[in-house]
Amino acid sequence: MRVYEDSTKLMSLTNETIKARLVDKFGEQVSHFEDPYGMLTFEAPKDLNLKVMQFLYDDPELHFQFLTDLCAVHYPNQRGRELAVVYHLHNLVQNVRIRFKVFTDIDKPDVFTATQLFSSANWMERETFDFYGVNFVGHPNLKRILNVEEMDYFPMRKEYPVEDQTRIDKDDDMFGR
Amino acid sequence: MSEHHIKLPEGSIERSTTTLNLGPTHPATHGVFQNILELDGERVVSAEQTVGYIHRAFEKIAERRPLYQITPLTDRLNYCSAPINNMGWHLTCEKLLRVKTPKRVDYLRVIIMELSRISDHLICNSVIGVDSGAFTGFLYVMQYRELIYEIYEEVCGSRLTTNIGRIGGFERNFSNAAFEKLEKFLAEYPAVLSEFEKLFNRNRIFMGRTMGTGAISAERALNYGFTGPNLRAAGVDYDVRVHSPYSSYEDFDFSIPIGSTGDSYDRFMVRNQEMWQSIAIIEQAYRKIQEFKGTDAEVYHADIPEYYLPEKKDVYTKMEALIWHFKIIMGETDMPPGEVYHSVEGGNGELGFYLISDGGRSPYRLHFRRPCFIYYQAYSELTKGSMLSDAVITMSSLNLIAGEMDA
Amino acid sequence: MSRPVRFNNNPIQPDINGHISVVDMPDGHTGEGYFVTKLSDVVGLARKNSIWPLPFATSCCGIEFMATMASHYDFARFGAERLGFSPRQCDLLMVMGTIAKKMGPIVKQVYLQMAEPRWVMAVGACASSGGIFDSYSVLQGIDQIVPVDVYVPGCPPRPEAILDGFIRIQDLVGHESLRRRTGERYKSLMGSYGIQ
Repeated sequence: MRVYEDSTKLMSLTNETIKARLVDKFGEQVSHFEDPYGMLTFEAPKDLNLKVMQFLYDDPELHFQFLTDLCAVHYPNQRGRELAVVYHLHNLVQNVRIRFKVFTDIDKPDVFTATQLFSSANWMERETFDFYGVNFVGHPNLKRILNVEEMDYFPMRKEYPVEDQTRIDKDDDMFGR
Repeated sequence: MSEHHIKLPEGSIERSTTTLNLGPTHPATHGVFQNILELDGERVVSAEQTVGYIHRAFEKIAERRPLYQITPLTDRLNYCSAPINNMGWHLTCEKLLRVKTPKRVDYLRVIIMELSRISDHLICNSVIGVDSGAFTGFLYVMQYRELIYEIYEEVCGSRLTTNIGRIGGFERNFSNAAFEKLEKFLAEYPAVLSEFEKLFNRNRIFMGRTMGTGAISAERALNYGFTGPNLRAAGVDYDVRVHSPYSSYEDFDFSIPIGSTGDSYDRFMVRNQEMWQSIAIIEQAYRKIQEFKGTDAEVYHADIPEYYLPEKKDVYTKMEALIWHFKIIMGETDMPPGEVYHSVEGGNGELGFYLISDGGRSPYRLHFRRPCFIYYQAYSELTKGSMLSDAVITMSSLNLIAGEMDA
Repeated sequence: MSRPVRFNNNPIQPDINGHISVVDMPDGHTGEGYFVTKLSDVVGLARKNSIWPLPFATSCCGIEFMATMASHYDFARFGAERLGFSPRQCDLLMVMGTIAKKMGPIVKQVYLQMAEPRWVMAVGACASSGGIFDSYSVLQGIDQIVPVDVYVPGCPPRPEAILDGFIRIQDLVGHESLRRRTGERYKSLMGSYGIQ
């Protein structure tokens, strides 16, 4: 099936149009609209993440039906909003990408899972759980995927160092840290 | 079930499935990932995958390194086509730093990226042959992979994990020896590729092994996040080089081969056809490079003293060059704050780099969008109901590279 | 149709009187109808020219190994024609690539399944010492879990370097004493790894 349609017959989808449709539907809840390097970025409360993605998926004009990437970022200095889950969505027909963030507290990092909508979110959410401890509510199989099963901490958080602290053959004097 | 099949009365013998552990060490040198298959006789009832046996924490290591020290890490993602990863990372940095590269640099980059795409597809296709018992194709094409390695060596000095290029261009101009080897490659390789195709394309045994195995429809493939040759075999013509052209790909004339059923045979054929398209792109790029004359023909990097090391003779004689050299090596040139996502068409699909910078010298967060990791989830759906030997062929036709899967 | 053969375009005729290489005889006494030498020399000679390696290829070094196995840097001329993937049938465990902590128990299990005499070659910087990945999930060298005979440095090592490592393994195999594996020193080495 051809996705690279002749998009001249469709109305071209600009960042302003997407922003207008989102504000139209969700009002004040979608916020922090930015445009770094040409990609529209916005934020929504974590309870609405599925509703926003479903709206972007079903709408015939917006048509964001491809989940490119799902990852998390840790901001230890923002109290109450430490973990950000970032979704990159792509409209293949008109070649438009957007970025959508939800922020959550580190003490209760529950976010609804996107697995029913996009099957590719399955392992990406497991990886995010493995690295940051974000608990995806409703995920069919939320366990560690890349690290050892018995690991008890979430290594990508900023407070943990990259080196294994129990190693004996390399020390910080020799390796200049 | 033939008419000689014994029909037993209801509930006489309990049927149960056999658990077979395929990996993490298994033949056909694909890398380490594990599949636990439940088999009912010869048929696969279900498959469960375990990955992470080569998790090297690239994303965590990258938070401690300045930009140019992350390039050797990106080499080791899809190590069969390391230059594409390097170029993708440099393009991401250039997008963040708002650097524009000259045309000659773009064309040289295109040559290197297409050579590595050919190298990646050669490994995948010949290893499908090895997995189904045909060792000869592998031996024929490895000769020409050695020639590609020699071309890399002329530019950067290394064969496999190349660390090729710099932010803004290349570390040195391509020598005459590099261009001679490129011409030799362009002269000899098409005959080799057609010989390789003659071995496999209409081979009854190969077609029997690969046709109908591991098929996936276009809608399911898109939902699973497939990109690259696997998606194109399912019939969707999404190629990042055409959709969001980078490095002057819009100046080249090539087509995107697509398949129809998404089975292993289609994936094999799509990769073969992509190699033909890559040869055409390299020829066009080489002709375009030969059109640069005079001082234009000596350009191999953009003019960005903040990020590109100055020439040694200037460092020893000029003050500004000395200061820039010091600042770059000691890592004191900061990046502008911001976040950028850039993707390139890797050997397996859309390889994306999501870089968040807070103004320091190393990224605040770097995430690799790795195509292998995303499409391996679909393996259990691809192999449900197929036979054990088909499961092995499906796994090798998906071109799973463990380094990219686990990062 | 002409074949795109790069090598052997003008083959020279074989000359059996000068151009074949034969393995040297071990030292010993010879007389009419008999030849006396040490048993370990004969056994070592036979073993070293017919090693069956197990390529435990995990990452980039595995691709360089594939290049070594191919016809350009032919690995089979050293006697390692048959690569086995079952540890029960192999002599040499070639660990090529990064070993993560998740993979460590599996390397140990494969090593334990091999029958004596067995040798281990660590190919690449990651297998020797962790390589460039000084992180929480990478085992900093496989010599933390299995005893290693030869280390081949490089990232990845060139095929010539892998062949050099293999030739050193052949030297070790050829000169090994028959009593090595039952002696005290070997047992204490195995004990330090927790292997009986």
